[in-house]
Amino acid sequence: MIKYLIKRLMLLLPTLLGAAVLVFFLLRLVPGDVCEIRLAGTGLYADPAEIELCRKDLGLDQPMFVQFFQFLWGYVTFDLGKSMWTGAPITHEISLRFHLTLQVAIMSTVVAIIIAIPFGIISAVKQNTWIDYIVRWFSIAGIAMPSFWLGILIILGLLIGTQEVFGEPWMPPIEFKPIWEDPVWNISQLIWPAVATGYRYSAVATRMTRSALLEVLREDYVRTARAKGLVEKVIINRHALKNALLPVVTIISIEFAFLMGGLVVTEQVFNLNGLGRLFVESVGAQDFNMTQQLVMLVVLIFVMMNFFVDILYAWLDPRIRYS
Amino acid sequence: MVAVSDIQVEAEFEDLSPKTTVMGMISLMFRKQPLGSFGAIIVIAMIFMAVFAEILTSIDPEDNNLENMLTAPGEMFFLGTDQFGRDLLTRIIYGARTALFVGFTCAIIGSSLGLVLGVASAYFGGMFDLIIQRVVDVIMAFPLIILALAVVATLGPGVENVIIAITIPFIPQCARVVRSNALAIREIPYIDAARALGFSHMRIIMRHMVPNVMAPFLIMLTSFLGQAILLEASLSYLGMGVQEPTAAWGLMLQGGAEEYAESAPWVAIWPGIAISLAVFGFNLFGDAVRDTLDPKLRSQ
Repeated sequence: MIKYLIKRLMLLLPTLLGAAVLVFFLLRLVPGDVCEIRLAGTGLYADPAEIELCRKDLGLDQPMFVQFFQFLWGYVTFDLGKSMWTGAPITHEISLRFHLTLQVAIMSTVVAIIIAIPFGIISAVKQNTWIDYIVRWFSIAGIAMPSFWLGILIILGLLIGTQEVFGEPWMPPIEFKPIWEDPVWNISQLIWPAVATGYRYSAVATRMTRSALLEVLREDYVRTARAKGLVEKVIINRHALKNALLPVVTIISIEFAFLMGGLVVTEQVFNLNGLGRLFVESVGAQDFNMTQQLVMLVVLIFVMMNFFVDILYAWLDPRIRYS
Repeated sequence: MVAVSDIQVEAEFEDLSPKTTVMGMISLMFRKQPLGSFGAIIVIAMIFMAVFAEILTSIDPEDNNLENMLTAPGEMFFLGTDQFGRDLLTRIIYGARTALFVGFTCAIIGSSLGLVLGVASAYFGGMFDLIIQRVVDVIMAFPLIILALAVVATLGPGVENVIIAITIPFIPQCARVVRSNALAIREIPYIDAARALGFSHMRIIMRHMVPNVMAPFLIMLTSFLGQAILLEASLSYLGMGVQEPTAAWGLMLQGGAEEYAESAPWVAIWPGIAISLAVFGFNLFGDAVRDTLDPKLRSQ
């Protein structure tokens, strides 16, 4: 098992290296860089000598391959470089915001699980009844609705709702406080983006829970359980659900990895200063250093999550054994 | 049991009967795929809106009309106006054009390139296959929107660049699915026969293998349509996609939709409904295509 784990981990390296090559050269495919934007803005004239100086300062004047190896070497020395825009170390900028994005991602996943699993079960158990149809429409709508629009609607609803009830509009707080400092403040700020993204992500998981449970309920052992007179509740909770949730676990874990990227849009709507926001800003400013490190972070989370899901699978399903 | 199988046979004969008219086929489709037909209606309505935009509305979607800023929905402006006094209904109708243009272009180019790459990868095998599959692995490790934003970071915003940014992540997704189907086809003797007859690789791939992986190709293509529309809306919302003054749904939500949320909620509501309905329609339609073409996946 240990041997297998190490082998799998080693196999991640080529993927990560490939991603590094792709993102590094992709960003530098087209002329134009942060110096031009910083000094010239949009359409204004900038002194070429000054731009040259700025490039030299940021190391952009060096050959591309040298820059690439510096980028890779940074991972060996744990030095991710500096933001080309603000000049602050990237690790610092990321660590400032990582907490917020991670918390929203976890909360969204919790929201998704709370919606998906009960709804999926009800919908499967009551297949082809009106409850089933409502749940299915609810989940199809979740896939179609852009999460940023749902976010706007939530803000709108909050404003209008609080205006009606309390007489004056209430908005979630803008400034971020960690949960250990002010839990009420923190939750009242982050629950809304979590609901907006969580609902969307619950949609796929609801459908998965439903179809997996339906499949398991047709198995022979479920019929046996019914034949020996077990109560339906026990059959579903103890016998069927355990097997049906396997694919659901996969979907939810993989989506968690996507969440880190998907929050890009939601953070914009709710004005949250998280990693997604940082990513959009760095793209806008052509801050290559920051953009590539953030992309690599997301890719790293994604491949680690896939790895983790494989291991989890083996642990949950005794039939699967890796060697 | 006998009775049940009899009924099935009869039903099949009915399907095969030659006297089906167009109306008959449409009603059959509605009975067999009610949701898919509903999706198809939305898709057709959108195409109609996009094609006949000039006839449907006489207002210029890009014309600022500051006298009528943020007018509430009413007789003059059916869905109200935005902060520049532009009619929302008009902009939504023209927005369908942008959304469909981006959606179809990305889906068709992305899945076609994926098709050729996937079939070629399966046909040649060996080193070629290995390299292509590793590249596919790498690209698929990027969340869709992250890769699209990285491409926009390079190329800059604008409709053409958004199309490129959305198409690139689609190619490997389609290539992966098509390849697994093409691998099975490669083992069928007629491919060997074609090779024995001395046909060129190109001819075998294009004439003998590609037509046989049409089902997964079409499934991927239709599922890309909704994704592309959603992605374009997200990019435009972030200000990294279609630029003002072009009418695009995502952009309409960005243009101060939150600022005016309280005083003029219609600005934030209608474009979102348009996006959701479009994606909803394309997804339903795509599911129906998948159910029809791939009986194994048919939903219960």
